Parts: sequence; C-alpha cells; structure tokens
Amino acid sequence: MNKARLMQGNEAVAEGAIYAGVRFFAGYPITPSTEIAETMAKLLPQVGGKFVQMEDEIASMGAILGASLAGQKVLDATSGPGFSLKQELIGYAACAEIPAVLVDVQRVGPSTGQPTSPSQGDVMQARWGTHGDHPVIALAPWTVREAFDATVMAVNYAERFRTPVILLMDEIVGHLRERVVLPEPGELPVYARRQPKCTRSEGYQPYTPEEDLVPNVADFGEGYRIHVTGLIHDETGFPSGSPSVTEKSIRRLHEKISRAEDEIIHYDEFFLEDADYAVVTFGGVSRTAYEAVQNARRQGIKVGMVRLMTIWPFADKMIARLAKQVQGILVPELNYGQLVGEIERAAAGQCPVKLLAKYNTEIFTPTEIETAIKNLCAGGRI
Amino acid sequence: MNQLRFSGSGGQGVITAAIIFAEAAIVEGKNAVQSQSYGPEARGGASKAEVIIAEDTIYHPKVLQPDYVLAMTQKAADKYSGDLAANGLLILDTDLVPNVPAYSHIVRIPITKLAVEKIGKALYANIVALGAIVHLTQLVRLDTVRQCVADRVPASTIEQNMQALQTGWDAVKAES
Repeated sequence: MNKARLMQGNEAVAEGAIYAGVRFFAGYPITPSTEIAETMAKLLPQVGGKFVQMEDEIASMGAILGASLAGQKVLDATSGPGFSLKQELIGYAACAEIPAVLVDVQRVGPSTGQPTSPSQGDVMQARWGTHGDHPVIALAPWTVREAFDATVMAVNYAERFRTPVILLMDEIVGHLRERVVLPEPGELPVYARRQPKCTRSEGYQPYTPEEDLVPNVADFGEGYRIHVTGLIHDETGFPSGSPSVTEKSIRRLHEKISRAEDEIIHYDEFFLEDADYAVVTFGGVSRTAYEAVQNARRQGIKVGMVRLMTIWPFADKMIARLAKQVQGILVPELNYGQLVGEIERAAAGQCPVKLLAKYNTEIFTPTEIETAIKNLCAGGRI
Repeated sequence: MNQLRFSGSGGQGVITAAIIFAEAAIVEGKNAVQSQSYGPEARGGASKAEVIIAEDTIYHPKVLQPDYVLAMTQKAADKYSGDLAANGLLILDTDLVPNVPAYSHIVRIPITKLAVEKIGKALYANIVALGAIVHLTQLVRLDTVRQCVADRVPASTIEQNMQALQTGWDAVKAES
C-alpha cells in the first residue's frame, strides 16, 4: 500500500497526470503553477515521457496539441496571464477535437497582478476565454488528494470527449502541502485513447461521430490519412462552408458534453438535510467555508454547504433544487463576483443569492464567512 | 491543534524548514498542512511559512493564532509575531533581530551566527533553526526530523545538515 506523504497540490497534479497516462508536457513556467512543470520534468523521463520547456505560453499549447494528435496524452500548466495567451489554441482544440488538459493555477489579476497571491478570478476566463460557441469542462479541487483525482478525471474527460479540459486550481490548493495517500495503479479508472473502428478501405472517416457524438480521430502515424483544421469541417476533416454542416458541427460539440452532464458534474453536499441556508463554494475557499459552516452549526444555525468540484458545465439542476429548499445562498469567492452570477441564474429568484467577495491577496478567515452566514440569516447586508 | 509560523527573508530557507517539520509530523502519523506566502522576489522580501499539526482533518489551511513563531529577520519579527497566543513562544535570531518585540515568552538564539561558526555557512541557518524548534516544541521527535532532513537535502550536504540540526537542538539546551 502507498504510504502517507506530505505532498503539495501542484505536485499532486503532476503525479495524477502520470497516473492517468500523460506522457508529454510542454509549458512555460509561471507562479503559482511552476511546481507542476518542475515535477513533470522530474517524473516524465522516469516513465519514458517527454518534457519540453517552450519559448512561451502559446508555443507550449501548440506543442501539446501536436503531441496529442500524434497519440500522446498531454498536459500544460499555467496561471492567469498564460491562460489568456493560450485561449486561441484552446478554441482550436475544441473545434478540431483534440484531447488536452490545461491547468490554470489562479493568482490575482488582471495582468501580472499579484503573482504570488491566491485568487479565483479566472472562473469566467475558463468558460469564455476562447472565442466562439464552445463547450468546456473545468474542474476545481479543494484538497491535495483531490488535485490528484481531478487531474486523472480531467485527462479521462479530455480523452473520452476529445475536448480541452481546464483544471481550475487556485494558489491555495496549488501551494498547500498536506497528508495524502495516493491511489494504487488500477484503483482509479483510466480512459484509453479512442481508436478508429475500421480501416480506410472500410469507409473510415476521422470525424464521423460515434453514438456518444465523439469521433474516433486516428492518431498521426497509425497509417490513416488525417486532415486537421480549425475551420468548420465535415466528417472527412476537410473544411466545409455549408450552413447545415456548420450548424450540425457546433451543435454536436455542445451536445457531446451536455448529454453527459450528469456524469461530469461533481459536487459535495454537507449538512443540507435540515438546512435553511446554504453556502456554495469551490476550490481552496471551500476549506475555510467548511470550518465556518461547522462553527455556525455548533451555534444552532441551520446552514449547509455545497462544494462544487465541476465548475463547467455548471450544476444548474442542483442549484435550482437547493434554491427551492433554502431561504438564502451565500457565495464566498476570492474575486469581485463571478460564479455568483451563475448561481443567481440557476436559482432563478427562488431565494436570495448573496456574494461575499474578497480580492486583496488574502484568503477568507472562518470568522469572515461565519459572520456573513449570520448576516444572511438575519436578512441583512453581507 | 498546534500552529507554527516560520518567518524570515526570501532565501533564508524558512519554507524548507517548515516543509521538513510538517513532513516529520506526517511520518509520525499526525495530520499536518503547510502553506506559505512570499513576495515576487527570488531573494529578499518577507517570507513566511506556516504549519498546522492536528489529530483531525485540517480544513482552513492558514494559521489563525500561532503558538510558535520563528523570526529570522527584524522585519519578520515585527510583521509576524503580533498575533502570538498568550502562552505561545517567540524564537528569534539574536543577531538579526536586535529590537526584541514586547512579548512575554521569548527565546533568543544566535541561529545564523551558529550556522557560520559551527558549519561554515549561513546557508544552514534554517536547519539550525529547525533543530531549535524541534527541541522547543516537542511536537516531533529529533530522530524523525533527522530522517526527513536527509531525504530532502542534496546527498552531498547531509552531514553538514545533520550537524546543523544538532547545533540548533543543543543551542536550546545551552539557553535553558
């Protein structure tokens, strides 16, 4: 059995990537994500993989997409400013259906901002950073062990849906070291690269979707002739200007994810059975919120908590259900207010949704959230 | 629950000392989290690392009220010791913190001077400090810490680091 170790969130991401079968990493270091690159540089050569430090963020994103097309499971890691640079190619990966995982360890922005300080300011960048209509999957872990698990999950989703997946870390979890016991090989499922089901002479087309709406695009070098483009393409992979092909393509890109939403959307519920109020959180902030909710419970306040692990696609159904049950929802975020808008939309006026925003480089204290819970219950200002 | 803060200037190795301390706690079957905050500079600037040790799961990852604060610079002592628990302990580098903060429980050890005089380099000051803290806190065993230091430092410096650890441990005996 694996022994308990002290491990950092960023290290756990790298370990998780290796576990999930990632064998290629390209990146350009940036605080607070650098330890992911450092750990990948150490681990990849041990398993026959390749690590490349590229000349910049855009080139690293290009490199992982190329390696993915050549058959490797791939990872890249960055923070806010680098995430912005990679956005065009994230759109390319969405359109060309190239599996790839990008880690964004969020820090205070905009721009260089506060490079070493925690933030959750990229929630909307993860959703809408790239152009055009596209679906996205974004996962946000709250513990070091979950940073490992979420990375495995992110790689699996990237492969299964042939789509870019964002691991939306924050500095709190990225730089936190805590006790972990890593899973044994075989303990977590690992999704293998999808393979063509027939040969070219049997009528193989790289972008013909399977029943789950995902195509089995052959890897380069396997003997298939593949054309990959960011232009809207038909099942041959070659560009098509047809309105019907365009509509069908964009709809399929969305539906391959939306159909599987119930499997992709993960969250934890705490103390909700008899809750009159709820705190909805994600990422490192959830750790502080959990302590605040526990403290409030000890004082007899009937408050529960939902911790979102999947940020995108958004957990609309669960929030709608929650808003029906409780008399108010508190959303503590380390930003000026981002996810709160989605929660308001999903709550659809069934109960008040209040934001507790913080954007001064410091994380919440349990007391700050506990006070906001009490204010929420009193119906006053947060 | 025990809350510790290791503070100094970037490059002094306070984060490494905190990591090793937390590692020792894990090896001994306890729960521990270690976090840090530092400026954008590679060297200089204020640097702080925190360790929480508990029997149960630790949620909020930052120290709320430290039981122990190590300060390796005047700036760190001024900035990071104000919220010490009433019955806590402030550990200062004698030479680098000339203006002693007003606090009732203080141990002063010439940490950096000992590193230079006994091991030959100021570089080992963090491990000297670690030895002293292990002795003062009694939260983890010296033997465990020895192993954790050996696992983390470059192989060519293990001997010097063991010496540094012992120097810090002995410095507490000499003080008390």
